[in-house]
Amino acid sequence: MSSLASSRPTDLLRRIEERAARLAPRAVRFMEVCGTHTMALFRSGIRAMLPPNVKLLSGPGCPVCVTPMGVVDAAIEIARRPGSCLATFGDMVRVPGSASSLERAKAEGADVRMVYSPLDALKLAEADPGRMVVFFAIGFETTTPTIAATLAYARDRGLKNLLFLAANKVIPPAMEAILAGGEVKLDGFICPGHVSVITGSAVYEPLAAKYRVPCVVTGFEAEDILEGIAMLLLQAVEGRAEVEVQYERWVSREGNAKARERVNEVFEPCDAAWRGLGTIPASGLALRPELRAHDALAVLGVEVPPELENPGCSCGAVLRGLIEPPECPLFASRCTPATPVGPCMVSTEGSCAAFYKYGER
Amino acid sequence: MCLSVPAKIVELQGRLATVDVMGNRREADVSLVDEPQLGDYVLVHAGFAIQKMTAEDAAESLKLWEEIARVELGE
Repeated sequence: MSSLASSRPTDLLRRIEERAARLAPRAVRFMEVCGTHTMALFRSGIRAMLPPNVKLLSGPGCPVCVTPMGVVDAAIEIARRPGSCLATFGDMVRVPGSASSLERAKAEGADVRMVYSPLDALKLAEADPGRMVVFFAIGFETTTPTIAATLAYARDRGLKNLLFLAANKVIPPAMEAILAGGEVKLDGFICPGHVSVITGSAVYEPLAAKYRVPCVVTGFEAEDILEGIAMLLLQAVEGRAEVEVQYERWVSREGNAKARERVNEVFEPCDAAWRGLGTIPASGLALRPELRAHDALAVLGVEVPPELENPGCSCGAVLRGLIEPPECPLFASRCTPATPVGPCMVSTEGSCAAFYKYGER
Repeated sequence: MCLSVPAKIVELQGRLATVDVMGNRREADVSLVDEPQLGDYVLVHAGFAIQKMTAEDAAESLKLWEEIARVELGE
């Protein structure tokens, strides 16, 4: 990418090479847990520029990809009910459930809307009081406050026809599940920039201490990512395992307390199923009991089917960093962006879609 | 999905702001940040400002973004 032609990235790459050489023959593996990083890494070509003993793995950083198939099935069931309207973020619409997808349900006549903001769902509900609008809420710490604020508006305005199918998740328990599982040995986390805007970098301190794993909160420009990798390498060279912030222009140690308060006002922690990772304690968010009137599952009497997987789909292993997408037998044959089998091929931020688009096959 | 864009508050009415995102104007809810002011730079995600930045930091970041944009456009 041409931005790497400027002098600073060249300096950063040189720094990365020097530090990697000091570590050699030891090889290090860093995991990014943010789909926006996954995309940025491929788009910028950084993966191909790194020394051979520095390897990057993609973790469970794409909210679309980690949403269990059973929740997708529940969303489809809701969308098909007469008089209901299901609104959600773009990529979720194409994710296959066990028998259909929201996109297919829409083609068959269901009212499915893609929205940019949860506030769009609020506007839909206000504009059409006769219609039950259900917002299929996914997302990590970055997105959850926007959903919490919208939910609070619905509550405060007494808006009875806006419900939430809440599948929001928090990232640190998933990072811990990967470390505790011990299937992949990690030498550092490239921590998610915009999740950390909300959580603050302090949220990773227990992980860094308990598992002796370096953590660097990193931004999204090519320069940011190169600097983040250089910082992780320096920690490896010096034998440190600390939390550092490369993305200082937006991330503090404390994060955004006001946004977190809004989340705590309407949500409480719950155990949650992650595609590929199974159920992780306290990794999800459920509506507080007093907001039951806005809980789609409770109000509509819909149940989430138990965890299922498409036969042959390796998204689970991809999300745990065990294999790279081309190692999946379906990759680029039965599973392509036009006919995706698993969520990692659907989402523009999924590892499989990134490998497919940027030619690492 | 956590993609967020930096923007400048150009109009402010209660919890609703009009923000300028690299020349495009759109609406953003500013209820999640402390004391938003006209002229503040904010990070916008899914229709909400999720963080704000001091003018000093913003000037530095803007310089970086402009530099990156310039290089990417091949100027």
